[in-house]
Amino acid sequence: MKNEDVIVTEGLTKRFGDFTAVDQISFRVHEGEIFGFLGANGAGKTTAMRMLCGLSHPTSGKGTVAGFDIDRQSEMVKKNIGYMSQKFSLYEDLKVWENFRLFGGIYGMKDKQIKQKTDRLLEELGFQGERGTLVKALPLGWKQKLAFSLSIFHEPRIVFLDEPTGGVDPVTRRQFWELIYEAADRGITVFVTTHYMDEAEYCDRLSIMVDGQIKALDSPARLKEQFHVKNMDEVFHLLARSATRTDS
Amino acid sequence: MKQFISFVKKEFLHILRDKRTMLIVLCMPIVQIILFGFAITNEVKDARIVVFDPSHDAETSRIKQRIESSSYFTITEEIKDYKQISEVFKKGKVNLAVVFSENFADNLLHTGEASVQVIADGSEPNQASSQVGYISQILSSCQQELMAQYHVPFSIKPDTHMLYNPQRKDAYNFVPGVMGIIMILICAMMTSIAIVREKETGTMEILLASPVKPIYIILAKMVPYMVLSLINLTSILLLATFVLGVPPGNLFWLVMLSVLFIILSLSLGLLISTLVDTQAAAMLASAMGLLTPTILLSGIIFPIESMPAILQYLSSIVPARWYISALRRLMIQGVSVQYVLQEFSVLAIMAFVLIAVSLKKFKIRLM
Repeated sequence: MKNEDVIVTEGLTKRFGDFTAVDQISFRVHEGEIFGFLGANGAGKTTAMRMLCGLSHPTSGKGTVAGFDIDRQSEMVKKNIGYMSQKFSLYEDLKVWENFRLFGGIYGMKDKQIKQKTDRLLEELGFQGERGTLVKALPLGWKQKLAFSLSIFHEPRIVFLDEPTGGVDPVTRRQFWELIYEAADRGITVFVTTHYMDEAEYCDRLSIMVDGQIKALDSPARLKEQFHVKNMDEVFHLLARSATRTDS
Repeated sequence: MKQFISFVKKEFLHILRDKRTMLIVLCMPIVQIILFGFAITNEVKDARIVVFDPSHDAETSRIKQRIESSSYFTITEEIKDYKQISEVFKKGKVNLAVVFSENFADNLLHTGEASVQVIADGSEPNQASSQVGYISQILSSCQQELMAQYHVPFSIKPDTHMLYNPQRKDAYNFVPGVMGIIMILICAMMTSIAIVREKETGTMEILLASPVKPIYIILAKMVPYMVLSLINLTSILLLATFVLGVPPGNLFWLVMLSVLFIILSLSLGLLISTLVDTQAAAMLASAMGLLTPTILLSGIIFPIESMPAILQYLSSIVPARWYISALRRLMIQGVSVQYVLQEFSVLAIMAFVLIAVSLKKFKIRLM
C-alpha cells in the first residue's frame, strides 16, 4: 500500500441553519485502501461524502481529494473521482451499452475505447447477453453491479460509494464486494458508506460517525480490540448508543 | 463537444423511448387545430331558427326566404303560438326565434314601422351575439330593398365590416393561440419535468459529481424539446395554411419570433425545475403558473382590451400575450417586422432575464 493520502480533511463542517450535519471531521484516507464510512441513518455520512465529491460547499474547514481542494478546485476533483449514489444511478430507459457510452462520453473517452471497454466489462461480469437490454428490465443486484462498473469506467483514482448494497440479498452483496476488491487491487481507492456490519469487516480501515462527528477510526481488528468485543456490530452499538439524533 | 453530443443523444433516447409521451406531444397540436378549426367554433353555420309569423303576408315571406337562403340559418319550424317559443328553447331544438308582429306588411306600408323580434339563446352568449348580428344584417338589407322600392328618400343601413377577417373566421383568432399554448406546454412543462425527473431518480447527482459542466446538461436537455417544438410549429403552419386557409403571412419573421418564444419557454421550464424537487410539483407549477395565465390572460379567449385595468397590467408579464399579439399581426395582417418590434423586444428582454436568473439558480441549487 502506498503512503500517499488521497483524501485529507481538517475540521470539515456543514451546517444547514441551526443544524450541524457534519461537525468538524478530520481524517485521512490512504491511496489504494478500502475505507469504510459508517454511521447510523442521519449521522451525516451522505452530507460528508457530498462535500468530498464537490456536490456541496463546506460551511467551514477544508479538505483535499486527489490533491485538489474540494471547495475551490471541485472541477479537478470531479475529474479524478467516480461516484455511485444511494439512489440507483443508471438511466432506466437506456440500454446497458447506451449507459456506458454516455458515461464514457462524459469523461471524454474515445468511441473505440468505450466500445472495447464495454465489451470487456460485460464479459467480466458475465452480462454479454444483456448489452442491448433496457436497464429497467434487469434485477436490482445486476443493476447495482453495473452502476459500480460504470462509476469506475473511466479509471478514477478514488471511487465514492454511498450505501451501494442497499436492498440487495447477501449473496449478491458478497459478489459486489468482490468487484470492490478487484477495483482496489487495480489501485483505485474505495470510499464506501454502509450500515451493514458484515461489510464493515471487509474494509481495510473504517470510521464510525455519530451525530456528525467521527467517534472511532481504525482497522476493524483494532477497533474490536479497543472496545473488547468480538464483532463490529457490537462496536457500532457501543458507539451509536450515545447518539441523540434519530433517523431523519 | 464530445461530452455535449453524448448528452444530446441520451436526451433524444429518453424522448424516443417514451413513445406514449412523444405521440401526445406530436399529435396534440394537430388535434387542437382540428378541434378548434371544426368543432369549437363561434362561426354561425346552419343555426336553427323557429319563426312565429301571425301575419303571413308578402313581406314576411320575403324576409323568411332571405333567412332560409343564407347558409347561416335554417328555418326548422313555424310555430302557431307565441307561447311555444319558450318550450322549443327549453328542448334545445333551436338557436334563434324570429317573431313578426301582426299585420306586418300593412303596418310597414302605412305607418312605415313594423317590428320583428329576435330571441336568442343567451346561455351561450358569444354564439348568441354573433347569430343576432348575422340576422340583423339580413333584416336590414331587406329593409333597404323595401325602402328603395317605395322611394323613401333616406335609408340608414347598419354596416358592420370586419377588418382582416371579413368572414369572421375563428381560425385567425385561435391559430396563434394554439401556437402559444403548445410552445408553453412542450418547452416549459416538458423541460421542467425532464430536468426534475433526473433529480428525482438521483441521476442528476451522478452527473453533477462528474466533470461535465452544468451548462451542458441544461443545453442538452433543451435541444430535443426545441426540435420537437419546431416540428410542431411546422405541422401547425401546414395545417393552418392548407386545411384552415390561414396563410402564415410573413414567414421568416414568424419563424424568428417563434424561435425566440421557444427559447424563452425553455428557460421558463429551467427556472421551474430549479424551484421544485418532484415531477408532480413541476407539472403543477407549469400548469398553474404558466398554462393557466397563458390561456386566460394572453387574449386567446378573453380580449385583453376588455379586461379590468389590473388584469391588463398582469397580462403584460405573460410572455404568451406578446407572442400571440405579434403572431396575429404577422400572420393575419401580414405586416412587416417593424410593426412588431415592441413585441419582439419585450420577448427578447424577458428571455434574457429568464436565462440569466435560471442559470444562476441552477448552479446555486445543485453545487
